[in-house]
Amino acid sequence: MNASAIRNIGGWAIGVPLVIALLGFAFQGLASFNSSFFFAWPYFIEVLIAGLLQGVMYSLVALGFVLIFKASGIFNFAQGSMVLFAALTMVGFIEMGLHWTIAFAITAVVMALVAVGIERLVLRPLVNQPHIILFMSTIGIFYFLDGFGQTLWGSDIKVLDIGIPKTPMFVGKGMFEGGLLINSFDLVAAFVGAALVIALAVFFHYTRIGRALRAVADDHQAAMSIGIPLKTIWVVVWTAAGVVALVAGIMWGSKAGVQFSLALIALKALPVLILGGFTSIPGAIVGGLIIGSSEQLAEVFLGPLFGGAIQDWFAYMLALVFLLFRPQGLFGEKIIERI
Amino acid sequence: MLYREAGQFKTSYAKDQAIFPIRQDRILMAILIAIAVLGVPALASEYFLETIFVPFLIFALAAIGLNILTGYCGQLSLGTGGFMACGAFFAYKLATAFPELHLVIIFLLSGLGTALVGAAFGLPSLRIKGFYLAVATLAAQFFLVWMFNKFDWWTNYSASGVISAPPREVVPGFFLTGNDASAVTKYLFLVCFVALMALIAKNLVRGRFGRSWMAIRDMDIAAEIIGIRPLWAKLSAFAVSSFYIGVAGALWAFVYTGSVEALAFQIDRSFQVLFMVIIGGLGSILGSFLGAAFIVLLPILLNNGMLAIDPTISTALVSHIEFMIFGALIVLFLIVEPHGLARLWQIGKEKLRLWPFPH
Repeated sequence: MNASAIRNIGGWAIGVPLVIALLGFAFQGLASFNSSFFFAWPYFIEVLIAGLLQGVMYSLVALGFVLIFKASGIFNFAQGSMVLFAALTMVGFIEMGLHWTIAFAITAVVMALVAVGIERLVLRPLVNQPHIILFMSTIGIFYFLDGFGQTLWGSDIKVLDIGIPKTPMFVGKGMFEGGLLINSFDLVAAFVGAALVIALAVFFHYTRIGRALRAVADDHQAAMSIGIPLKTIWVVVWTAAGVVALVAGIMWGSKAGVQFSLALIALKALPVLILGGFTSIPGAIVGGLIIGSSEQLAEVFLGPLFGGAIQDWFAYMLALVFLLFRPQGLFGEKIIERI
Repeated sequence: MLYREAGQFKTSYAKDQAIFPIRQDRILMAILIAIAVLGVPALASEYFLETIFVPFLIFALAAIGLNILTGYCGQLSLGTGGFMACGAFFAYKLATAFPELHLVIIFLLSGLGTALVGAAFGLPSLRIKGFYLAVATLAAQFFLVWMFNKFDWWTNYSASGVISAPPREVVPGFFLTGNDASAVTKYLFLVCFVALMALIAKNLVRGRFGRSWMAIRDMDIAAEIIGIRPLWAKLSAFAVSSFYIGVAGALWAFVYTGSVEALAFQIDRSFQVLFMVIIGGLGSILGSFLGAAFIVLLPILLNNGMLAIDPTISTALVSHIEFMIFGALIVLFLIVEPHGLARLWQIGKEKLRLWPFPH
């Protein structure tokens, strides 16, 4: 670890609490000017934590995007419909009477088959096409998977319950009066997200195929020239993205029910991607946390100013403003352009 | 044999620069216009005019708009729906605030308003490119639709939030909007209006503006070095594109659906227009028309085809299968001809020049 990395970490360690505290004071100031706003520190922290946990859920979706973009430079719009498809399939198998672990395994295999299908039928014929064509083809996949999943399993709202506790709980009673209210389900989601990231990191760093993946992400042609099979790698990456989609689908599905709108949460993952950079896994996590928390804070404390429901667009605006100052995102590779 | 330019000499620069330099093209175009103006209204039923031709023409206009931005200037945009909503609501506010104003002027003014909004949302394009920009334009999409939904001022404080376009005449005695409007009036007005707008667009992209847009698209840094100002090129592309899209949105609300509501301009609409541009052909005015025809006709054909095969099929299943086939066809299309229908037309013309000889 070199000096600049330590400085970076130090910067984050000081900067993040500072920003949070400043935001808190700003909202407090707003509340003291205008009596229609309500502000209290425990409430602020509660909203912040709820937002952070919500952000983890966004990160789960964003991770799938990053995996594919890193390895193949394809902006995979179909990630959202993969989430929906995976969740639908899993619910379908559970309804057949299988235990959820078995259903999970079978669905993972199905997602691998989907990955093979996509690579064979879509990516391979489109090799060397401009990025926008590949992007459009993933929108085609989006429509196809949407229709396919709902044709197979029906379009009713389904309940996905794998036994995650949903009871609210109170923590930190000593620090604040009454303690902080946290949904235990969100905590589980956060743990799952962390486990997933660690698993991915281990996979990328310590396995042969993971190293090949990193090589491909670095430079396609160099990787090919030393004999890394690009096509296999793409199948692996799409499978990994499929499994990530499955995990995201389980989390979102057990939180909000498995239904068509799951496919649209992918849109919420886009500002997360922008913020974190398209090519960075830690970026997806940090971006998710920032988007989730700032969106919640804005909705709760600034929302009344605009008449509410500003979380529809707040994340995008935040990302847009952010991009003006840092076009490559927080952790993205610096963009170097040549003629 | 038929399609060959042998013997047609260009004796002036004006002839050399003509949009249709070959006589056969001009004849074909004249026939096409005659069919569009005389043949279609005489033969097509009211139903066909209302459900196929009117949306086709409006979508073609929107596709031209997006094509200017994405096809000619290379800036990927997912905010089309938001800009269409802009045009629709501006037109509604203008039409209710100034009842004497002629509809065409209202449409053009709402287009101008949208152009301003579009240029504002185009500002980030100076810093960011590619997919980052695409996501940034989503901000426009969600923000604009939210704004029109949220503030009652836009709907003149109507209780339901769904408002109908005020009835107006386009020429005395012929209503273009409202309940008295006939399908033929709508169709004829749209044919003339869209044809004129397409002609303007065609000339715009052949001229100085279009050339600077294409230079930016092909390589922005190189374009900057040879003296094209990216600020003006990009913002003008955003403004012109938004103008077309805004007018299309106003037409959509006033002429096609007859009601102004923000929910008609969700993100699906953006994708729909993007599909038209890609399938029709990026960087082609003709392609915008072909793509619009394809995307308007395809769902109708799929729907009717499935009902013809099995009339007892449930509507939910029909829509799911329609989604599936639609997605598969998009992918298939991209694989077979990534340059779109316009490219197919071009290949056909090349073949026709040699026909019936192979070389």
